[in-house]
Amino acid sequence: MKKSHIFGIVVIAIAITIIISTAGDASSYVSFEEAKVLAAGGKENKIHVVGQLKKNEQGKITGIQPSEDRLAFSFIMIDDNGDEQMVHYNEPMPSDFTRSEQVVVIGAYQGEEFLADKILLKCPSKYQEEEL
Amino acid sequence: MVHTFIGNLGHFFVILAFIAALVSAYAYFTQTKNSIEDQSWAKLARWSFGIHAFAVLGIIFSLFFIIYNHYFEYHYAWSHASKNLPTHYMISCFWEGQEGSFLLWMFWHAVLGAVLIFTNKRWEAPVMSVFMFVQAFLASMILGVVIFNIKIGSSPFILLRDVLDVPVFALNPDFVPEDGTGLNPLLQNYWMVIHPPVLFLGFATTLIPFSYCIAGLWQKRFKSWIRPALPWALFSALMLGVGILMGAYWAYETLNFGGYWNWDPVENAVYVPWLILIAAIHTMIAFKKSSSALKTAIILSITTFILILYSTFLTRSGILGESSVHSFTDLGMSGQLLLYLLVFTILSVLLLVKVWKELPSDEKEVSTYSREFWIFIGATTLCLMGFQVLVPTSIPVYNSIVELFGGISNLAPPADQVGFYTKFQLWFAVAVALLSGTGQFFWWKKMDRGALKEALTLPIIVTLIISAIVFIAAEVQDITYIIVLTAAIYSLVANAFILFQFGKKNMQLSGGAVAHMGIAMMLIGILFSSGYNKVVSLNTSGLVYHREFPEEVNRENVLLWLHEPRQMEEYKLTYRGQHTEVIGFPDYVPSHHLQRLEDPHYALTKRALVHEEKTVYEKGEIVKIYPESIYFEVNYEDEKGKSFILYPRVQISEAMPNPIYSPDIYRAVSSDLYTHVSTFPDPENETEWSQPETIRVKAGQQFFANDFVAVMEGVEKLENTQGLQLGPDDVAIKAKIKIFGKEDVEYIAEPLYIIKDQMVGKLADEVFDLGVRINFVNIIPEEDIFEFEIETTQKDYIIMKALQKPFINILWMGTLVLVLGFGMAIRRRYSDFIKMRDKGTE
Repeated sequence: MKKSHIFGIVVIAIAITIIISTAGDASSYVSFEEAKVLAAGGKENKIHVVGQLKKNEQGKITGIQPSEDRLAFSFIMIDDNGDEQMVHYNEPMPSDFTRSEQVVVIGAYQGEEFLADKILLKCPSKYQEEEL
Repeated sequence: MVHTFIGNLGHFFVILAFIAALVSAYAYFTQTKNSIEDQSWAKLARWSFGIHAFAVLGIIFSLFFIIYNHYFEYHYAWSHASKNLPTHYMISCFWEGQEGSFLLWMFWHAVLGAVLIFTNKRWEAPVMSVFMFVQAFLASMILGVVIFNIKIGSSPFILLRDVLDVPVFALNPDFVPEDGTGLNPLLQNYWMVIHPPVLFLGFATTLIPFSYCIAGLWQKRFKSWIRPALPWALFSALMLGVGILMGAYWAYETLNFGGYWNWDPVENAVYVPWLILIAAIHTMIAFKKSSSALKTAIILSITTFILILYSTFLTRSGILGESSVHSFTDLGMSGQLLLYLLVFTILSVLLLVKVWKELPSDEKEVSTYSREFWIFIGATTLCLMGFQVLVPTSIPVYNSIVELFGGISNLAPPADQVGFYTKFQLWFAVAVALLSGTGQFFWWKKMDRGALKEALTLPIIVTLIISAIVFIAAEVQDITYIIVLTAAIYSLVANAFILFQFGKKNMQLSGGAVAHMGIAMMLIGILFSSGYNKVVSLNTSGLVYHREFPEEVNRENVLLWLHEPRQMEEYKLTYRGQHTEVIGFPDYVPSHHLQRLEDPHYALTKRALVHEEKTVYEKGEIVKIYPESIYFEVNYEDEKGKSFILYPRVQISEAMPNPIYSPDIYRAVSSDLYTHVSTFPDPENETEWSQPETIRVKAGQQFFANDFVAVMEGVEKLENTQGLQLGPDDVAIKAKIKIFGKEDVEYIAEPLYIIKDQMVGKLADEVFDLGVRINFVNIIPEEDIFEFEIETTQKDYIIMKALQKPFINILWMGTLVLVLGFGMAIRRRYSDFIKMRDKGTE
């Protein structure tokens, strides 16, 4: 075999490894229900769940519990299927948290509870481009 | 009044620029079929280029005129500028909007096109026809013309009334808003004034090697395109690299993710073409003796430019959606951007396929001891390195493609982006370091087994000695880090050897060695500052985070109550309250020294502002402030009693949905101490006050307010207070109350008691820092007693995070060395080109 052939094979092998590992490490957008099934099946992959904060009849957000030292907090999130879930986050509550329109949590189930590693907030623009 | 003239003029220039670019491209194209003596078409092409360049300047002038004169009837000015915007940031308005950044890109093309025309006559026609064809595409992005119901481009000269569908324009079409919505405060930063132009210069210059390459293939001058293209490729890599690092440095100083690089899709979208361009440069250097290097150089020069188009598509079509912190508004131009990308990809591939058979090819297998072989391995490593980043970054694209064919794809980017990319890039970096050290020896000397052994022995010994010392001194124990560090030190040492052996003869030729040393230094700086990044504010209470979660989870933040010192590692931290930046005053001013006025840009001083015993502003003066930033004063005191102050800040602005927390950094030689606030009491939440407590005091008497000692110093009759028109029978009385906070900070509360038109009015005063509000409720003149109501709330606090970044300065120093290396290489390659050009051979 020529050297260039060996070289080509090595490059292709590395490229395939990269693609397979990307597929393996890629996360996915799922609902809480699907996430539970995944966790029950022994998969510990971190997943993305999109949803909103729980609100009461008056439209006030309920279920936020800061920890005693205020350095962590938990909240109730409702995913796009309407399922409720208690989510824990080991960071202080962002000051604009309650104003968010949409929340994306990235994390995994630990037993019955969902532990978020990262939270992405989508807040409504204070000014709307469509208004003056 | 709506100023329509300037907008129409601007739009005219846009159309002129587009048409002139097309004419120029066509004329240059026709010129390529003529002999070099017949310059008739070239003359037309140059004239249209001149008109095009003039029109581009005209567009920029018109847009700047609109922004500078606050013509808020224009959508661009309204959405990206405001009256209070300082003039030096007006230029940043250009790159907040997509139209403006396309304009910036076009501007650089116009400048570069002029340089090309003046420096290289022989290649002018074919190169410039490619160049101007690309430029016409770019100009179409801001065309803003509707043809057959298809909107082509988005013009920056649209009037607000044509964009917004609001009733006010139906009533009064000439309505002009009072003020614009302002420039995103993140862009109001000096790095954001220079980072985009540098990065776009990098973007723009990738077109030059591409144009030369395409011209070379098309004119069947398969080899000779490289010499004139090489200095430009080097310049482009320099500008892209510097642009990327400026962005990284800005992120480090301004954003709060705790570092300079986050593997965000937008960062990746420039990092990948940069890597491929570096690979292209290496193969361009080796093309003479190896035809596989030539073929690779051709492919990589084209790929670099296509990747720049791809990155433009990724960041501007809205396809990245929520996966990026950089958000450009989607202008609905994804179709046009995709067309731009596909046209150049398909045309380049077709051309390449057509001429592929005619490209020279090698008879003999390349030797393992040849320099071409090692350069080739290096270029391949760089390409794989880029490929590894490109594959996951494109995940949103796969989802869109699957959805296009009716499928459902819910693939998301890796949850831990930094960890994911690092675990690959780290090993590629090791390979790059080893190759950049070893490859240089092959480059300068004819090698065989014996010569290689001889050349490498000493550098390897020196590397091992230095590495051992560093491991012990810096306590590096992690095996991965040991490998990375050894590789980086090897690259540094080997290239230093090369520099001393061969640089003596001709320093001009040593650009490569210097640039490699820069990269090695950057790698060392990245390894220490990221690998040994230490959370100083780590809260190791050992508390189990939650009963459901078995493992202990550390908290990475600390809570600081106002003026209550707290120990954190070797530092005693004290939070000293919110501060405001007053224009014309060198220090930050405690916010409680200022009273905000109705116009948020102005405040009234509650006491004189003194700097170094000089009174800059008297008490009661109206001063201009930056209302969007709050600075939190945090005092650090170490065990030896040495102290310093940091001012991390938060920016809250109408122009941004979320508050932005920016760090403040204490820079020492060996490490940076990086501090940012994670959260603070939300200023938009209504404060919950306690039940008022009534106290009755005489002048001079002490009392307690929220557990702080306070003294009622006296009352003062006001002649005419601000905003209150007092009649002859009306009275306004101000009580002056001094409150002693912790650490000897004195606060003043001045509640008012007013009798106006025989009605009693009260104006409470709040001391935010202490969580106290005092209301002046009654005066009992017979007993000389004053009655106040005191309400209390939570004291001010911050939750902050502190990180230590060791040896981060090596990264920034490495960057400068890299720039120097590139500079040397550009100079050398450019003078090569000039020599050959003047001989008339190329």
